[in-house]
Amino acid sequence: MRWEPDGDQASRVDRAKTLRLIREFFWQRQVLEVETPALSASANTDPFIESFELSTGNAGVTEKRYLHTSPEYPMKRLLATGSGDIYQICKVWRAEPSSRQHNAEFTMLEYYRLGFDLSQLMDEVETLLLSLLPKLNRDSQYATYAELFLDNLGINPHTITNEKLRSLAKQCVPEFSGNLERQAALDLLLTHCIEPLFPNDCLTFIYDYPATQSALAKTEVSPENADVLLAKRCEVYVGALELGNGYQELTSASANADVLNSELAARDEMNLPPVPIDQRFLSAMKSGMPECGGIAIGIDRVLMLQTGASELKQVINFSWENA
Amino acid sequence: MASYNTSEFKSGLKFMMDGDPYNIIENEFVKPGKGQAFSRVKIRNLKTGRVLDKTFKSGEKVDAADVMEVDAEYLYTDGEYWHFMEPTSFEQYQASATAVADVLNWLKDQETYIVTLWNGEPLSISPPNFVVLKITECDPGIQGNTAQGATKPAIVETGAAIKVPLFVEEGELVKIDTRTGEYLSRAKEA
Repeated sequence: MRWEPDGDQASRVDRAKTLRLIREFFWQRQVLEVETPALSASANTDPFIESFELSTGNAGVTEKRYLHTSPEYPMKRLLATGSGDIYQICKVWRAEPSSRQHNAEFTMLEYYRLGFDLSQLMDEVETLLLSLLPKLNRDSQYATYAELFLDNLGINPHTITNEKLRSLAKQCVPEFSGNLERQAALDLLLTHCIEPLFPNDCLTFIYDYPATQSALAKTEVSPENADVLLAKRCEVYVGALELGNGYQELTSASANADVLNSELAARDEMNLPPVPIDQRFLSAMKSGMPECGGIAIGIDRVLMLQTGASELKQVINFSWENA
Repeated sequence: MASYNTSEFKSGLKFMMDGDPYNIIENEFVKPGKGQAFSRVKIRNLKTGRVLDKTFKSGEKVDAADVMEVDAEYLYTDGEYWHFMEPTSFEQYQASATAVADVLNWLKDQETYIVTLWNGEPLSISPPNFVVLKITECDPGIQGNTAQGATKPAIVETGAAIKVPLFVEEGELVKIDTRTGEYLSRAKEA
């Protein structure tokens, strides 16, 4: 039976150094390190993220619990209680198959900055990531979601009709087979035709997503088209490797409840099992959530880039198959 | 019929698509941060051998292909079919010219081959990695010449043309790597 770790000693040293650098970064900026539970009575409602579910048996009473897929809900409860700027480095779990860039258990950095809008957040994330990845070219690329589709595929992703979008997706990705809803068609084009074009030697930020992909980001009317609603959400990449997903956070209690409920409805439509909504999170939103920006960054992927590893498991001691 | 979810995809998995059986060669899971995930696979059509790329949405299902592999000895050909026998059950299989196309060069009586069956019918035949065959045609050997790299053409009993070192004689047995078609060594017994 193989027992040796996947990652080597150099990757362990690198991980320890990186964690220290991140803690220094936030210490200097007076952002508080916090902890929140990994096992929660409620789950992420996002229909594209599956939580691991477990039954706990305690004194004959069985109860369902879910491993967190990010510490977003409880960290926002801390923000609502007046914690100020906070960050957390923790393990999170997503029930996804392993691949070169995925491991179902991974290390996440999640942090929130009071009063930050999306561009301030992207600015700080750029500074943080460039300090962790000093070999990168310092000229980062910034493009809106719409610019990427217009420049590379000649379409406006906000206004193109479902029919035209579907036929473009089939034409650009002929190897695809199956049904394409609007979201799937956009994601197919993004992953197959746009992400592969991102340069390997610098950060690429995508921002201003379609409001349908807002998750818990604020939305606002596009300055260019009053009919288009944009999500103040960003993703940061190096090459096609996605490192993080950030928001100018949605603060309205009713809007937060609407998102969670519509995600539950989408789960039902996709024949996915329902999950319990985090009512404590929604109560916290009602009591008042401060304006802030927040982001979740995959630390293992950052380590992959630091060490030049081609597979995630080269920087993880015991990957999913070896755990 | 059994089916597989894309989350079960891995190399070697066999499934049906457009009426043909396919084998997964490579599988990659791709996801745009948030949103729809996809499985990108490289697959081989087990009937035609053609390799192609395919992308599925995560969570899609495909039907399992009823494909299995058995070890069977080659018996003979009647000109239309090539006959193989599984040596413990004595079950016989008749393979078409298409199924044996890739193995004809290395096909020899009583040798054991891997027969890939689909719905019980031979789909393809794969040779063992090494076979021992008799040289039926080549220029006379040059005694004492063991110079590295110098070769001459030769024909083996199956009709395949190979290259052998200069010292090899007609009628000798040689060991061949079927994956490369290259001569490995002289052999005493088949």
